[in-house]
Amino acid sequence: MNARVRSLLETSFPGVPFEFSEFRGELTVVVPKEKIVEVCSFLKTHGETRFDLLADLCGIDMFTPLKRFGIVYNLYSLQRRHRIRLKSFVEEDEPRIASVTGVWKTANWHERETYDMMGIIFEGHPDLRRIYMPDEFEHHPLRKDFPLMGIPGSLDLPKK
Amino acid sequence: MGLEKALADSVLLTRLDDAINWCRKNSLWPMPMGISCCAIEMMAFAGPRFDSARFGSEVFRFSPRQSDVMIVAGTTTYKMAKVVRKIYDQMPDPKWVIAMGACTSSGGMYRTYSVVQGIDQFLPVDVYVAGCPPRPDNLLNALITLQKKVARGESKGTYPTVGADVSQSHPASSRRTP
Repeated sequence: MNARVRSLLETSFPGVPFEFSEFRGELTVVVPKEKIVEVCSFLKTHGETRFDLLADLCGIDMFTPLKRFGIVYNLYSLQRRHRIRLKSFVEEDEPRIASVTGVWKTANWHERETYDMMGIIFEGHPDLRRIYMPDEFEHHPLRKDFPLMGIPGSLDLPKK
Repeated sequence: MGLEKALADSVLLTRLDDAINWCRKNSLWPMPMGISCCAIEMMAFAGPRFDSARFGSEVFRFSPRQSDVMIVAGTTTYKMAKVVRKIYDQMPDPKWVIAMGACTSSGGMYRTYSVVQGIDQFLPVDVYVAGCPPRPDNLLNALITLQKKVARGESKGTYPTVGADVSQSHPASSRRTP
């Protein structure tokens, strides 16, 4: 199944620089960020793959000068009973990527969480608000340069 | 055997304050502020095995207007702190607060940006309970400790403090004056 997914992607997207890697039978594909929505909807709708479930979507902070933030898409095909993982990377000064809410509705809250914790902006998201932290909070706490105990004064408490 | 028989024709003398405090301490109605896992032990505390009814405290009220003591049981985040304070403000005087468990008292194992490191940063706490979570016995002990405080007429959050000078300055007094 992994080999089939790989050959399908290579033949359907000629010239797109995918990076494939496999670990313990699980396929990971690094997708250029411009192509993420196309690839996702292809994998969801193609009759041989049918990755109709977005099991999880999350962000990673690599803390590197280039390609600092990663976005990970864990896909599952109910029909084929198969899992794959997609990854995309964005730069620190422009942490933007297209939203996949048009492909899987469930991406809505996952993308809000990733925006709240990592500050990655999902373009085309219908309602990109914070989901955990208060609306007036100005930082993104799961970034590696955020101190563990927070920034003093950034969250207010009621008066005693 | 009723009181009439025990006292017969004699009289019972006490101070009015003491009589009122005696009534209060034996009918402390809790406001269950169960925010996380400590709430399970708080339920056991009210249930038949540990039976806080023995101390007149079995009536858990889910309305702050009818409660005397707020048991804050669980990890209090900054986002939740506003809600806890709001409910506390809705409780009528006199009122008391029990901080149940490590998280509530000090942030506990959640030494992190989102958790308030002790609810005494925004609430006047009367009794702290150690444990993660504390056993129901421990909460009973806190209740008994609180009863002793009530009998003495002490409350950290009530204004005016029972038996104290009304003109005495209190953090709450600035909010009360129109």
